[in-house]
Amino acid sequence: MHLAYPAVLAALLFCTGLYGVLARRNAILVLMSVELMLNAVNLNLVAFDAWLSRAAEDTLHSGQALALFTIAIAAAEIGIGLAIVLAVYRNRGTSDIDRLRDTAEGHDPDDPDSDASGRAIPAPAAGEKAEATA
Amino acid sequence: MTTTTLAVLVPLLPFLGALAGLLLGRTAPGFARPLAVLPTLASLALAATVAARQGGGAPVDAATELTPTGSVPIELALHIDGFAALTALVVATVATCVQIYSTGYLRDDPRYPSYAALVSLFTSAMLLVVYTGDLMVLLVGWEVMGICSYFLVGHYWETPEARAASLKAFLVTKLGDVPFLIGLFALAADAGSFRLTRILGAVAHGGIDHPTLISLLLLAGVAGKSAQFPLHTWLPDAMAGPTPVSALIHAATMVAAGVYFVARLLPLFEASQAAMTVLAVMAAVTMTGSALAALAQDDIKRVLAYSTIGQLGYMTGALAVADRGAAVFHLLSHGAFKALLFLAAGVIIHAAGTNSLAAMSRMSRLRDRVPDAYWTMTVALLALAAIPPFSGFFSKEAVLGVAEHVVTGHTEHAPAAAGWIVLLAGLITALLTAAYATRLWLLAFRGSGPEAPDHGREPLTMTTVLWVLAVPSLAFGGFAFRVLPDWFDGHDLTPTLTTSVLGTGVALVGGIVTYATWRHTTAHAARVPLGAVAAHPEADAAQVEAEAIASHEPAYGDVAYAADPSDPGRLLLGRLHRHAAVGFHLDAVYSALFVRPVRAGASLVRFLDREVVDTYVRGAGALPRWLGAAVRRAQTGNLQTYVSALLAGTVVLAVAAVLVATGA
Amino acid sequence: MSTAATAGALAAGTAHRAAESPGFLSPTGVEITFLLVGLVTLGAAVVTVTTRQLVHAALWLVVALGGLAVEYLLLTAEFIAWVQVLIYVGSVVVLLLFGLMLTRAPIGRSPDADSGNRWVAFTVAVAAAAALVWVVVDAFRTTWIDLDGAPSGTTEVTGAGLFQHWVLPFEALSVLLLAALVGAIVLSRKANGDSAPGAKDAAGSGPAAGATRARRDQEGAR
Repeated sequence: MHLAYPAVLAALLFCTGLYGVLARRNAILVLMSVELMLNAVNLNLVAFDAWLSRAAEDTLHSGQALALFTIAIAAAEIGIGLAIVLAVYRNRGTSDIDRLRDTAEGHDPDDPDSDASGRAIPAPAAGEKAEATA
Repeated sequence: MTTTTLAVLVPLLPFLGALAGLLLGRTAPGFARPLAVLPTLASLALAATVAARQGGGAPVDAATELTPTGSVPIELALHIDGFAALTALVVATVATCVQIYSTGYLRDDPRYPSYAALVSLFTSAMLLVVYTGDLMVLLVGWEVMGICSYFLVGHYWETPEARAASLKAFLVTKLGDVPFLIGLFALAADAGSFRLTRILGAVAHGGIDHPTLISLLLLAGVAGKSAQFPLHTWLPDAMAGPTPVSALIHAATMVAAGVYFVARLLPLFEASQAAMTVLAVMAAVTMTGSALAALAQDDIKRVLAYSTIGQLGYMTGALAVADRGAAVFHLLSHGAFKALLFLAAGVIIHAAGTNSLAAMSRMSRLRDRVPDAYWTMTVALLALAAIPPFSGFFSKEAVLGVAEHVVTGHTEHAPAAAGWIVLLAGLITALLTAAYATRLWLLAFRGSGPEAPDHGREPLTMTTVLWVLAVPSLAFGGFAFRVLPDWFDGHDLTPTLTTSVLGTGVALVGGIVTYATWRHTTAHAARVPLGAVAAHPEADAAQVEAEAIASHEPAYGDVAYAADPSDPGRLLLGRLHRHAAVGFHLDAVYSALFVRPVRAGASLVRFLDREVVDTYVRGAGALPRWLGAAVRRAQTGNLQTYVSALLAGTVVLAVAAVLVATGA
Repeated sequence: MSTAATAGALAAGTAHRAAESPGFLSPTGVEITFLLVGLVTLGAAVVTVTTRQLVHAALWLVVALGGLAVEYLLLTAEFIAWVQVLIYVGSVVVLLLFGLMLTRAPIGRSPDADSGNRWVAFTVAVAAAAALVWVVVDAFRTTWIDLDGAPSGTTEVTGAGLFQHWVLPFEALSVLLLAALVGAIVLSRKANGDSAPGAKDAAGSGPAAGATRARRDQEGAR
């Protein structure tokens, strides 16, 4: 099989994931796009391993081992990422990436009305924050 | 201990006391009083020992060079002759009296620790000036006194008068200090040293190239410090400070420094006839003008302030006729009785609750409230008016006698014109001095009207000091004129018959005329009620005085003046009274000459800075601000935008790298 | 062209041994299968990142990931293919669906699924794709993978390699997974004061359970 096929497919998948990361509004969809990008890398690893394990001497199957590791790390990543997204959603009432603009110029961290979520979850969120800080 | 060690300790002890007082004043207020009184007392004892050991013999000279300067050397030098020993003794005596008096006078003042420390520092600076034999070290003491007077005159800084007065004292003396500094450098450049002995040696051998220029430059500083015309205007205003400070400044320290400085360098001034004539004219204008002004003042302390200026005029007059013995003699006796006058005035102000003579003349039995102040002030006023046998008589006659010597041509040190000027002005001033002393006494103690309020006896610390100071005023003169010549240059200080008769005669005339006028005008007093007293008569003396000073202008319309028809000075001076009350409008002249041009210049500079310079600065800031505004728009806080920009840049870089690598 | 040149040199070496390199115009059966599955995978991925229905995106992701598993099989990496199916399709997508539900993602078409950054993202993605495809094709157009011969991706071969040469990284990975487990629990614990108890329970157990499951899968994979 031509190496160009999996390589091109991986490149295209990667760019699709890239588009998703940049264009999607929901944080969970962004995480999905990240998964796509990781899988594109995995495909590359497997394809080059299949090529090199026959073309070169003693590659130790490093491509496949790395692909396995990537899969494990991706699983951990998705767990942590979802936990973060959920924490953000619970605090802010939204998981839309483009509404989390605390780092913007002129943003006042003490002003609860400056982000839209302050109104979405009024009292419980405030109490919860107080308890969290306590 | 050697005499040198003792002499070093004399200025050092009050300095250490001041240092400790400033450091501990806040944390340990209980130590403030001992730290104020004890070092000064010890330094008085040491000064007495030094004087006894020196004993009018050969001057004690000691010097050590701290570090080579590369040009004219600056040395820590002592030069103690008879003048220095005796002046230091008087300074230490007055300072001790003032410190003891202050413990009672400012007993409830929250700022007493810093006040006492500054008085100690002031004393130490004056003692340094007196003992030092190096002009640079003298300048250090000279300037320390300037800054201390600024702080002390402004002690009641809550009142606008005190703030203005302290600034004025500082600026006016500095106005004189600038030429003084230039003069010092010129002198050192000519003589090749700052050491007093070397300079005097150079003068004796004619080694000074520009004696007139240097003398005139130095005279400017002396006029500022010793409150001589035309730089005397700060002194009456300095009355806004606490009374003990006035006593200290007027009797022994700051104003005496100028006279003492000229006395030390008299041979230099003698080398220039012009300087001596200028000195004589300055003295004459100062003493007659100040005596006239003193006759018109309403504030008891301002009367004393103008009298100080006048007596300093006598001293500079004596220097103008080249007799420093007479000058320092008058300095010593004046130090004693003027300190007494001020301290007694402080007691009176406390008892009366006002500093206005017009208000006091409408109180009866004030003298029974303060018997100590009454008797001691009478003594001091007699000494001031130069009535025999009080000390002022002998010292003043010494000055007049020397002037007469010069007039009759018995000396070649001074021009005869200077002698005439000093003699005539001295006689006129003797008349006026007796007049204003009598006026002060009559208005303060012979008032009629409602009884003065009774606050009980004054603190013992305040009254004892008065009697201590009254002794030299009573007895000092009689034996001093026989002993002092041994300590000084050896000139005879015995009063001559002519000037004694003349001087005492005019003084008696002045006193009697004033008394007669007072009898005539006192009838008006009952008809024109006038006067305001302090709001808290039971408080300590310092607060009463501060309130009295602050209320004088609202009550009478002016700091110095009261429209009192029963004032004998008003009748005596006639149309001159109004002008004399404001010090002959010298302040207005200064305002026109200096204050307004400086203010105009300041507003011009302000305009240039705000409108011209700032325009360029703002213009230079505009471009970065626009760029910043443009860049700030990119800071949206949206992560996806950031990452898009980042990845777009990465793609561009990667493509560029590939293109470069392929050589395309 | 250094990157491509080295890769090309390497490829030339293999080509030398393989004697002749088959052309693109006469594809083998494997290639045709790979191409078709690849098209499906890519299409599913594109739909995943463009669909307006959020749950559908997750389901299309299943298709894409499954397609990739098939590609792994075609590349003779059978162990990785099954791991892919187990972990990705089995747990990750389930986790993502849980996440969507817990964040109350709208079911049905949501008009604002894409942010305003869409055209910029599109431009960047297309540019990146063009650059990558150009370089990759330029470098590897003649490289041939010989898929015949001894199997290289069986469980036996992979396990031997993993436990002979990759033991240390494998154990380090275990520690990493443990850290992720603890981290997920800590992140979830912070929300204990949530007023909605149901949401709290689900949120508290969700990611942690996901991590444990991932870990369990990994253990199973061992």
